[in-house]
Amino acid sequence: MKAIVTVMFKDGVLDPQGKAIAHALSGLGFAGVADVRAGKVIELDLAETDPARVRAAAEDMARKLLANPVIERFDVAVEGA
Amino acid sequence: MRAAIVTFPGINRERDMAIALETSSGHAPRMVWHTETDLSGLDLVVLPGGFSYGDYLRCGAMAAQSPVMGAVRDFAARGGYVLGVCNGFQILTEAGLLPGALLRNASLRFIAADCHLRVERADTAFASRYQRHAVFRAPMAHGDGNYVADEATLDRLEGEGLVGFRYATPLGAVTAEANRNGSARSIAGIYSPNLRVLGLMPHPEDLVNPLIGGTDGKPLFDALAGNLAA
Repeated sequence: MKAIVTVMFKDGVLDPQGKAIAHALSGLGFAGVADVRAGKVIELDLAETDPARVRAAAEDMARKLLANPVIERFDVAVEGA
Repeated sequence: MRAAIVTFPGINRERDMAIALETSSGHAPRMVWHTETDLSGLDLVVLPGGFSYGDYLRCGAMAAQSPVMGAVRDFAARGGYVLGVCNGFQILTEAGLLPGALLRNASLRFIAADCHLRVERADTAFASRYQRHAVFRAPMAHGDGNYVADEATLDRLEGEGLVGFRYATPLGAVTAEANRNGSARSIAGIYSPNLRVLGLMPHPEDLVNPLIGGTDGKPLFDALAGNLAA
């Protein structure tokens, strides 16, 4: 079963990539882009088939490695759950 | 001084570090591969600069999980001295041995240039050959050197005197212009509470010989060699 872990900078942590993307979008003529935040998406394919256990495992992985809690927050989505 | 340098795949500053340590101490450091776990008989363990594991996921994130880091953690807990420079600093924060994190430079550019560092305290094993508030030149070469921590952590670091070095002008003024990577409170290097673990973003090991441009960084290694002499 697949779990998708989305990792984003915490609010208040400077996201210079997001700022650069916003700047480039306005340069392309896209008006009204108030803010851009850039993050990572990590797709996990796990042998486990119980959605609750898949979520728990993915959250454990995110806490221990995939996200750095000092600067990042994460969200786990379980496929089909 | 019995020193070791930990090498990870993708590290590229280990030889510079070895030259600096040997120049000051007269002894070649042990090179320890990231899969090793024996750090016995050492006074100092150094995590050098480079791009461990290709900076995958986050700078230092993979290295922080490697077998040797468990041994480094134990070594530090026993009161051992640890120096992490550049990627080594990033690894120390990822491993939880130092607080905070190092983000992409605020300019978004990789910075390869000399900077000047102000010595915030000289009463440590690392800095005792500098004067307090002395300024020395050090090369920096990093894309992710923008030190961040939450306000409470920054206040604690300042309150407990754990800020070791700040980016400054050649005359020692701590200004926004001198803080080229955008680090919180111009922090370039921090200590652990026992002052035995130092993480530092610029490279003092690359200025230890007049033939390569100067000896500004040599006092740091002279201090370690003198203070950690067996």
